[in-house]
Amino acid sequence: MALTYIEAIHTAQRELLEESADVFIYGQDVGAFGGAFKATEGLAEAFPGRVIDAPISEDAMAGMVIGAAVEGARPILEMQFADFSSVAFNQIVNQAATHYYRTGVQVPITVRLPSGGTPGSGPFHSQTMESIYAHYPGLIVVTPATVADAYGMLKEAVMMDDPVMYCEHKFLYRWLRADELKKNSLPIGQARIVRPGKDATVVTYSAMVHEAVKAAEMLKEDGWEIEVVDLRSVKPIDIDTIMASISRTGRLLALGEGFPWGGVTAEVVSLVVAEGFHLLDAAPMRLNSKDTPVPYHPDLWAAHRPTPESISVSLKHLLRL
Amino acid sequence: MADEKVSPDALAKIHHGFRAMILSRTLENKLSSLYKAGKIVGGVYLGKGQEAISASLGTVLIKGKDVYAPLIRDQAGRTAFGEDLLDVTRTYLGKVTGPMKGRDGNVHRGRPKEGMPAMISHLGASLSYIAGMLFARRLRGELNDAIGAATFGDGATSTGAFHEGLNLAAVENLPIIVLVVNNSFAYSTPNDRQFSCDNLISRAEGYGVTGHEVDGTDFLACMDVMTQAAESARAGNGPQLIVANALRLCGHGEHDDAKYIPAELRAQSRDCIEVAESQMQENGFLSSEEIANIKQESKVQVTEAVAIAQREPTPDPRKDDWQALGMKNTIL
Repeated sequence: MALTYIEAIHTAQRELLEESADVFIYGQDVGAFGGAFKATEGLAEAFPGRVIDAPISEDAMAGMVIGAAVEGARPILEMQFADFSSVAFNQIVNQAATHYYRTGVQVPITVRLPSGGTPGSGPFHSQTMESIYAHYPGLIVVTPATVADAYGMLKEAVMMDDPVMYCEHKFLYRWLRADELKKNSLPIGQARIVRPGKDATVVTYSAMVHEAVKAAEMLKEDGWEIEVVDLRSVKPIDIDTIMASISRTGRLLALGEGFPWGGVTAEVVSLVVAEGFHLLDAAPMRLNSKDTPVPYHPDLWAAHRPTPESISVSLKHLLRL
Repeated sequence: MADEKVSPDALAKIHHGFRAMILSRTLENKLSSLYKAGKIVGGVYLGKGQEAISASLGTVLIKGKDVYAPLIRDQAGRTAFGEDLLDVTRTYLGKVTGPMKGRDGNVHRGRPKEGMPAMISHLGASLSYIAGMLFARRLRGELNDAIGAATFGDGATSTGAFHEGLNLAAVENLPIIVLVVNNSFAYSTPNDRQFSCDNLISRAEGYGVTGHEVDGTDFLACMDVMTQAAESARAGNGPQLIVANALRLCGHGEHDDAKYIPAELRAQSRDCIEVAESQMQENGFLSSEEIANIKQESKVQVTEAVAIAQREPTPDPRKDDWQALGMKNTIL
């Protein structure tokens, strides 16, 4: 029976609740209702008192799980949409992220951030927040792109002793399926070569991994072999795997769904240029969404984010075609 | 309050709170001098005039059991709760031996694993944190009759974090004392530019929590109110909002001359330490000699804590591991 990405998240949470009495889930509508995306369906009933509805108070929700984590709990905080975590920004970046450095006490929280665009979601239900959180010292930021990673990285995240921002992509929730949940996936901090190639490297993460693979398929028809690297975690970032790939291909396209100013793709380009300039055969490229809020209409939305078509255009530029 | 009506336990607590007030005032006077002498790393924010409120809260909390998030004017509460004087002097003097190892300073110090979180500067943020500490214990069935407390000023009540935190604590019916010290000015901003309700205590009803109001210059009244609030919280009656009124007898920080406080308001205000000294003597709780001894002992303790810290090393940038994550020796 094939599992979807959201079912993998559900399964991971159910197992975490089973495996550790310290785990609880806190978030808006996560209780009897089962969550806006059904990531916690049936869990409140199965684990009484441990899957708890929160008031619409993202700041206090985050503060609450931080305090609970200091007392030994391993809370999972579900933000209904990643966009709303901006209300909890202070608690996340100033309370959770500074806590270990200031006090020596780790804060094992996992913040689930349903991220990214889907058609019709509009400016406030489509944002990707990984670049913002990765900017701050003291946070681990993961961006699973596959069903197996959605499962494995969530389980790993909750058992980590430092705060983890778990950026799950809403666009992948229901169509992405896997026959099994590989239980021994790579650890957080290691990137994965999704598809080997020798002509150019696309370094990307989250839903864009799948768009990059489609673009690579398009170029394959002309004989080009594009390597696709899935970062899996954007912080820490696996510079070794990136550099190894660049040393094979000599060309880099850093691809992300986030806004273009700064962010993960800028960091990738910056690292590669600083540490591997001599490996490059062409100026590295970046492709992001456009520098506007995420638009509502599906036609505008589809043109706002990178697509297989726009990615392949970028790759052709990179290959000097 | 007459002597014979006070139980030995209550009298011990009154003594404890009073000593914390005197020690705190002595310490803060010393910190002020050190600041003016350029010996302090960072800012100095004092609780002069608010010791009765702060110490009485710290006194009714039980270290090792309860959790307490003090704010910037809570030296007396910290001392009453049981904070080591060396934690204070080491932090103010920027020593690596302090609880924050030089990574954060002064009023930000704390020991979260000993029930005292280290405050961030963003006001209101500690309320939900304390709620979470209590929530986790309740989840494990280990809350028993432990309580939490978090303190705020009048200005902090305007933050979203304060509202969100108090509402959440009320929804979860958590045993928290939420102490609001209304000293009439948030830095320089007067109450009438901060909120438009007549009295902050009226907000208790809106949150569905018990409210208490007290004259923050009246030590024994503060002890009574804190004792009642703590008992009520321990008994399962949910958050207790206390509004205590007292002018601060110093600037927002030692860099601030507080000229925005009108002279007539200053003239009307009284010093809670002087009030407490009279109360101790009038009720026969302490003689003037005993009070003088407490003051003398406090001076000795403060002098010693400063001297010890002064001899200790400052942080060495070459020895800091510069790691913001606790996980080491892994792929991370």
